[in-house]
Amino acid sequence: MDVLYFAWVRERIGLPREQVETSAVTVADLVEELKAREARYAAAFADLSALRVAVDQELTEFDAPLAGAREVAFFPPMTGG
Amino acid sequence: MRIEVQEAPFDLGRETSDFASGHKDMGAIVTFTGVVRDLARGDLDRMEIEHYPGMTQKALEKIAAQAQARWSLGDVLVIHRHGALTPGEMIMMVATAAPHRKDAFEAAEFLMDYLKSRAPFWKKEFTRDGAEWVAAKDADEDALTRW
Repeated sequence: MDVLYFAWVRERIGLPREQVETSAVTVADLVEELKAREARYAAAFADLSALRVAVDQELTEFDAPLAGAREVAFFPPMTGG
Repeated sequence: MRIEVQEAPFDLGRETSDFASGHKDMGAIVTFTGVVRDLARGDLDRMEIEHYPGMTQKALEKIAAQAQARWSLGDVLVIHRHGALTPGEMIMMVATAAPHRKDAFEAAEFLMDYLKSRAPFWKKEFTRDGAEWVAAKDADEDALTRW
């Protein structure tokens, strides 16, 4: 699936998007897989309360299932308007 | 409903005038315009607004549709810019048309509250000393509870 990063999450991880092969069942499982990769991922995902997630471009929660998902995006709380 | 996500500036007067014309049954037009505000120190060089292409349009349409479901509205307009903006530049506008002003005002406030924390935009402020992401305020999240 495609994993996208925005704002400081993108800066901390160092790329805007990547293809990830995963069998993670939930968003939280995917986060654990990413954190185990490298320190920059662990740093970006250190505090999940500071992050938001969208699955297939819909805001959701970290316990959301990933079955059938094509795109997961991680970003800080939004500051529109 | 018209939703525009764009880098280019918009003409507030023309947009408002176009939006307000052509209705015979709308007694109230409310507009809100968001402007890049300089920092208290007066040293904001520019603000850069990042967004999530693909999701942004859908998220804004969803928020506008919620407003239309909740209030008696004739029309809704949302224009939101992204990219680099300098102090004094207009970032975004919402406009609502309704038979009566209460619906138009409330719907515009609802749109603004949801745009703040449910539309995928992120602001970064650049000064001579460096750059900093604008943090979301608890008050913005709390504002949603009144709806």
